[in-house]
Parts: sequence; structure tokens; C-alpha cells
Amino acid sequence: MRLSRRDILKTGMMSAALPFARVLPASAAPRDALVAVSAQTINSLDLHRTGTNRASYAIAVNCYDRLLTFGSKTLADGSLSYDFTKLEPELAESWEVSPDGLTVTFRLRPNATFQDGSPVTSADVKWSFDRAVSVGGFATTQMKAGGFSRPDQFSAPDDMTFVVTLDRASKLSLPDLAVPVPFIINSTLAKSHATEADPWAMEYLHQNTIGSGAFKVTRWDQGQQVVYERFDGWVGGPLPAMRRVVLREVPATATQRALLERGDVQIAFDLPDKDASELAEKLTVYSTPVENCINCLCMNFSFEPFQDANVRKAVAWAVPYEAIFQTAAYGRGLPLWGGEAEITDTAWPRKTPYSTDLAKARELMAQSNYPEGFETTLSIATDLLWMEPAAILVQEAMAQIGIRCTIDKIPGANWRTASLVDKRLPFHFENFGGWLNTPDYYFFWAYQDGHLFNSSNYRNEEIETLTNETLDMAMDDPDYAPKIKRMFEIVLDELPRIPLYQPALNVAVNGAGGYEFWFHRMLDARSLTGGEA
Amino acid sequence: MAAGGTSRRIGAVGSRILQAVPVVFGVIVISFLLTRALPGDPAVQFAGQMATKESIEETRVKLGLDKSLPEQFLVYLGQLARGDLGQSVSTGQPVTRDLANRLPASLELTFCALILSCLIAIPLGVMAATRPGSAVDQVCRILVTAGVSLPTFFTGVLLIYVFYYILGIAPSPLGRLDFLYIEPPKVTGFFLVDAALIGDWETWGAALRQLILPASTLALFTLAPIARMTRAAMLSALSADYIRTARAAGLGRARVLYGYAFRNALLPVVTTLGMVFSFVLGANVLVEKVFAWPGIGSYAVEALVVSDYAAVQGFVLAMALLFVCLNLVIDLAYSVIDPRFGTEAQ
Repeated sequence: MRLSRRDILKTGMMSAALPFARVLPASAAPRDALVAVSAQTINSLDLHRTGTNRASYAIAVNCYDRLLTFGSKTLADGSLSYDFTKLEPELAESWEVSPDGLTVTFRLRPNATFQDGSPVTSADVKWSFDRAVSVGGFATTQMKAGGFSRPDQFSAPDDMTFVVTLDRASKLSLPDLAVPVPFIINSTLAKSHATEADPWAMEYLHQNTIGSGAFKVTRWDQGQQVVYERFDGWVGGPLPAMRRVVLREVPATATQRALLERGDVQIAFDLPDKDASELAEKLTVYSTPVENCINCLCMNFSFEPFQDANVRKAVAWAVPYEAIFQTAAYGRGLPLWGGEAEITDTAWPRKTPYSTDLAKARELMAQSNYPEGFETTLSIATDLLWMEPAAILVQEAMAQIGIRCTIDKIPGANWRTASLVDKRLPFHFENFGGWLNTPDYYFFWAYQDGHLFNSSNYRNEEIETLTNETLDMAMDDPDYAPKIKRMFEIVLDELPRIPLYQPALNVAVNGAGGYEFWFHRMLDARSLTGGEA
Repeated sequence: MAAGGTSRRIGAVGSRILQAVPVVFGVIVISFLLTRALPGDPAVQFAGQMATKESIEETRVKLGLDKSLPEQFLVYLGQLARGDLGQSVSTGQPVTRDLANRLPASLELTFCALILSCLIAIPLGVMAATRPGSAVDQVCRILVTAGVSLPTFFTGVLLIYVFYYILGIAPSPLGRLDFLYIEPPKVTGFFLVDAALIGDWETWGAALRQLILPASTLALFTLAPIARMTRAAMLSALSADYIRTARAAGLGRARVLYGYAFRNALLPVVTTLGMVFSFVLGANVLVEKVFAWPGIGSYAVEALVVSDYAAVQGFVLAMALLFVCLNLVIDLAYSVIDPRFGTEAQ
């Protein structure tokens, strides 16, 4: 996979096309290579591997195809975003859902080839799907969200036809095929590197990209950079404008900003809110509110004072929303407070009816079983930047209504265990975001009992039933909207988690265009262009 | 006589290495226990974004963490016996390979910083000691105070701001090589050495340019202890009886200063150097972050954050071995500088 020194020198392209070559003045012809920097490290080229981190999902996005993808839309601020409501073909040319919704038949693009030139067949799709549901861990869990759990659900009747059989019809099935997980692997090549101990060629795919996607990784120096090179035979979409995209790892945001402002790099991806708001004065900064993601203040039902509905409401009326939004998020994202009490639509995340009203909060505390207040611990993760300023503001506000909080900082390694797995934090923050953009999917992870992001140990029988009912239901089903509205009503009244604001993904560019926001929050290199537009 | 001295020295080195065995074993046990005692559950960490109880358990089994502690320890010892430091879950590579990639980057930076630091600090300390209270002494004091009081990440960002952002004379702070250049074929892992070995002076120059800012940052930070120690040791050496005797005997000023005083003052300076080396290698993390340097410090911190046991243990063990070697080298340096230390002084 690694090019030898000689190979690169021989091709002689490296120095000619690299954006760092200062021989090209800034105003030269549109560039065909870009450098992006990000603080995150890519630790594997294989999303399915145990231990692959979030940043590495970018490889699956750029170097592999899925059967389906999402269309795009222009947001109110003029920036581009994927469109969850528009499913489009990627490797599949067309697809057909049986009337009972249980069988989906895909026709593959006849001219699609892998990067080694061999044709993409339905056997490759089957092998890739089998792999995703068999390797365990994240890949398998995400596949289950779409109703895919066993290899016998997938079949390949002929080379160009791929059939999926579902146990139950669900609106989440097709969108779940457009998330990064079910990517299509060159199974012949993979199998030639598989061993008895490693039937899914995890070792080989960890170091190599063998897909049919728009880019291939030609160089990967762990902890330093990934170099994408365009695959000119890509048929999954319009050929990318960029021939080469380099993703450089730069941990310090101060350094990232210096590089971007000097024009030595063109994109700084996933910047902290503070840097984004400062850079926005000089450069183009996209701050897209992350769909289906909410930064919340959570109250754990396993702890007595928080079992009292009046206490939870008092907290919700005491939170200084605006101050948190300005201090912790620098106003990037969307406010989620001060909405109408009546729920008339199924938009989610949505504004809650709560806002900052200390008089009301005190009144509710007086009616609660804790008129004198109580003591509790407010837990935050040390490596999630927004939590600390938010915690200080919450601590001050709670003191006003008699709730005395001690702030407890939990190191990164332990945060998930303490908050999500053991669910042992009485009062804490949480920031779940669902890939599949439907309210029921959010409820499934964050409000149903026992599920990972329900860090409040919340259980409500009606929510359990309604979530199960709506999860598979089509969104245009006449029953859907009333049930969803009822779910909103319940959780906004019972308040296991108080929505604070919808966070944003910040991307700054200097000399690059075509940036598109995706739900997976990875840099999609396929749409990028060399000049700002 | 000389041959006898050499064999005695080899014997001394051998016994020192033997003495290190229990230390290293202790480090193995402690690093194993400490990583397990850390808060944070690797199975949760590595089960991925969306996880269920089952997927977390599956991950635990896959990582071999469902076994009892003694069992895990035996497995670990078995691996070590084969020279295998285990597999890092977060990088998906053998820890030995990760260390082999990362350690030279840190060592190269640290060595360059220390050489730079010594080149400035030792003459400065000597001059300050020979003329206490003079302007040179004051300059030394100011530089030293600035060096210790400025945190490395601050100095680093400041240097980038001035030399890269404003003046545009420093190369982009993007790690060890601008990507116009290809890494030299790996022999030692030190780019300066490897590039020199194949005579590729262009790459050598590029690697050196990348090194200047981070090495200066670290050098500024390490100036203080070295300069202060040189000054103090020189002062006490210069006031010693043998210097008075040497001066009374009419020896030349340079001879007195460098032949007698400096040589005697060197011992504490070497000791300080050893200490500075060890804390700089650890304190590198911030400099590595600012300059996107792919070193060992950031590797260890990332491994700790995600509870990557094998990587943390490998790092601690590598450091322990490094320090055993370092102490050995320092002790040998003692006996070269001061024959009285000889070999009996073990």
C-alpha cells in the first residue's frame, strides 16, 4: 500500500501537484489538489474493525461505495447539506421494494468496477454485508438499526442482482444502507488475504482500501496524514474535481488556524466553536447545526431528588439557556428553548417550552419535596469543550434555587463508562446525535430504557410502546405524526434530559469550495472544488 | 593496564545491566497493574459509537479482557518473552512497530533541543560564573527566568506566530517533513541521520528546517537548569583549593578555566543533563501537539485516553529501558570525565 520513494519520484507528480509547492502563485489555474487539517487521528482504513475511531469513518465515505446515498439540498444560509429525505443510487442503479415491504431487490450498475479494475458483482455486495453483520461491535449494531442482522437475509441470485429480505418492514432499512457502515468491498481481493483465523480479512483492510469509491488511499502515515488519490473509473456519482486530497492531522487549533490563514492548507475541519467564531470574521466558515443531535442537561431517575417532577421542571426553568449558548457554543448551532407550548409538528430537535424564569423555578422548588434544596454532583467530561463553561453557568443558576452542585470532571476514557454504560451520574451533560434523521430513532437511543444514550435511566411505558410502534412506521402514515407528538409531549413534560441547544459542525475554508455537510460529520472529499464558491 | 581497564569496564557494564533486570520486571508488573487500575473500560471505548450491552461484551472477549487478571498477566509475560509488546487496539498495529515509528521522532527532537540548549547554556553559564554580577550574568539570569517561566506550548505558538505566520520564513508547522519531500529510507528513524546516510542533502535540509522551531521551543525550556547548574558548578570549582594552587603555580588562564575548573564542574552538569533529558522526553507532548510532531508523547497520551492497555504498557516499558540505558551512559560518562569514579564506584 505504501508507495516506495522511488515510485513517487518516478511518477514525478508529487512535487508538481502538491499544494505546498510554492512555485504556484495563489491565483494560478484552479487547483486539483487540496490539503485539509483536522485534530482527529485516523486509526484504521477499515470501519468494521474493533477499535476503529470515529475519524476513520471518513475512509469508508470517500474510498468505498454503498448501494445508496443521500441527495443534497441547499440550506437557508446557502451552504450545502445532504438530504435525508432523498435516497439516491450509488452502486445500485435501481431498487424495488416488494408491496409487503419485506424484500428489496437492487440492480447494480453494470459498468461499476473496483479500483483494481475487476467488476463489482452482487457476490461482493453479499460478502460485504455478511461481513458487516458478522464482525460484531459498532458495524453490527448499526446494521441492526436497519433490520439487518444475519447473512441469510442477503442473497445474490445473479451477478447484477442483490436481494435483501427483512424480518419486518421498516422506514429505517433503506436509509441505513446509505450510512458509512454497509460499504462494498472487493471480495475476491479480500478473500485472497483472508486466513482461517481472519476470515473477514480484517488485517488487510485495516491497511488497504479495496473498494469502488471515488478515492483510494495511496499513503497513510498513522498519526500524520492520509493521502486520497482520485479513482478515475468511479461511476457512483459525478467525478470529483480534486485529483488529490491530503488530510493532515494537526492537533493544536492555533496551528490549524495559522496554516489556514496563510493559505498553506485549504480546509480546517471540525473546529471548536470558539475558533470558528473568530475565524468567521476573516474567512468562510460553515457552521451547520448537526441534524438529530442535541446537547442536553440530564437528570438521572435513579437519584431521589430527580425523581420529583417539580424538581426537574424547576431545573428546566432555571437553566440560563442563552448564556450557555453564547459562552459554551459561541452562538454556533441552534437555540432549543423558548418554544411554543403546543406541539403542532414533528420537527426534531425542537424548541422546548422552557426558558429562563427564576421566579417560576423557585415556585416549583417550593412545591417539590425539596423546598430547602439539596446537594448533588454535576458531571462533565474533560475532553468535551462545551461542558465546562456550561457546567459553571448551570452551577450558578442552580445555586439560585437551592440546588448546590459540585462539579465533577471525568477523564475522557471513563466518561462513556460512567455516563452511558453504568449510567451512574446523577446530573450531567450528554450530546447524542442520531445518524438516521427521524425523531423515533433519537427516542430509541436516548429515551428507551436500557439503551446506551439514555443516561438518565428513564423509563416510561408509553414511550417504550410508542417508540417501538413508530420506529418502523412510514413517516407519512396517518398514525405517525400523532404518536410522535405524544412522545414529544411526554418527554418534554417529564424531562429526563433538558435540551439546551443543537450543536454545529464547524468547517473553515480558504481556497476550497463545494463543502457539503453530512450526518456522519466526516469530510466528504468527493464534492470539494479548488476555488471558493 | 589499558586492556585490564577495558575488561573491567565491560564487567561493570554487565553488572549494571544485571542490576537493571529487577527494575525492569518491577516496571512490567506496575505498568500492568496501573493500566488495569485506570478508570475507563477499553471494551466500552472500542465497541464504537452505537453500542449495546451485547456488543460491549463481544468486544471485551475479542480484546481478551474477559480473562482474569493473573491470566492476562501470564499472556502478557508470554508475549514479552517473545519480544512482542502486544497489539495496540487503537492503531491496529503491533506496539513495537508504533514505538519504532514514533520514538525516533521524539528522540531526534529531544537530542536536537538538548544540543542546542547546551551550546547556549554551557558557555553562558561559564561566562556568568567567571564574571558574576556582570552584564553577561544578568543576561543569563533573564534568559533562564524567561525559559522556565514560559510554558512550552506558549513559546511554540509564539514562535509559529512570529516566524511562520507573520514573517513567513519558517516552514509550515506540519510535523517532521514538508510533504514536498519523501521520508528517507528508514535506517535509524532519525531523518537527519537517514537523509545524510544516502547523501540526500535536500531532504536533510528540509528535515532540519522543520526541526528548528520545535527544537528552539524545547531548548528555551531546558536552558534554565543547564545554565544555572553550569554557573553554580563553575563557581564552586573556581573557588576550590586546586584552582588557587593552579593559579599560584602560574598556569594560563584558559588552562585553569577549561582544563581544571570546567572539567570538574562538568560532573553535576552531566547529571543535570540526564535529568533534563528524561523530563523533556515526557514534557514533549505539548510541543508535539503544537507542531503536529508524530512523537511518542502524543502517542502515549492518546493511548491513555482510550485505555489502550498494550500501548500504554509498551510505552512505559520502552521508557524504562531507555532510562536504564541513559543512566548507564551517564555513569560511564562520569568515569571518563573524572577518573576517580573509576569502576569501583559501582
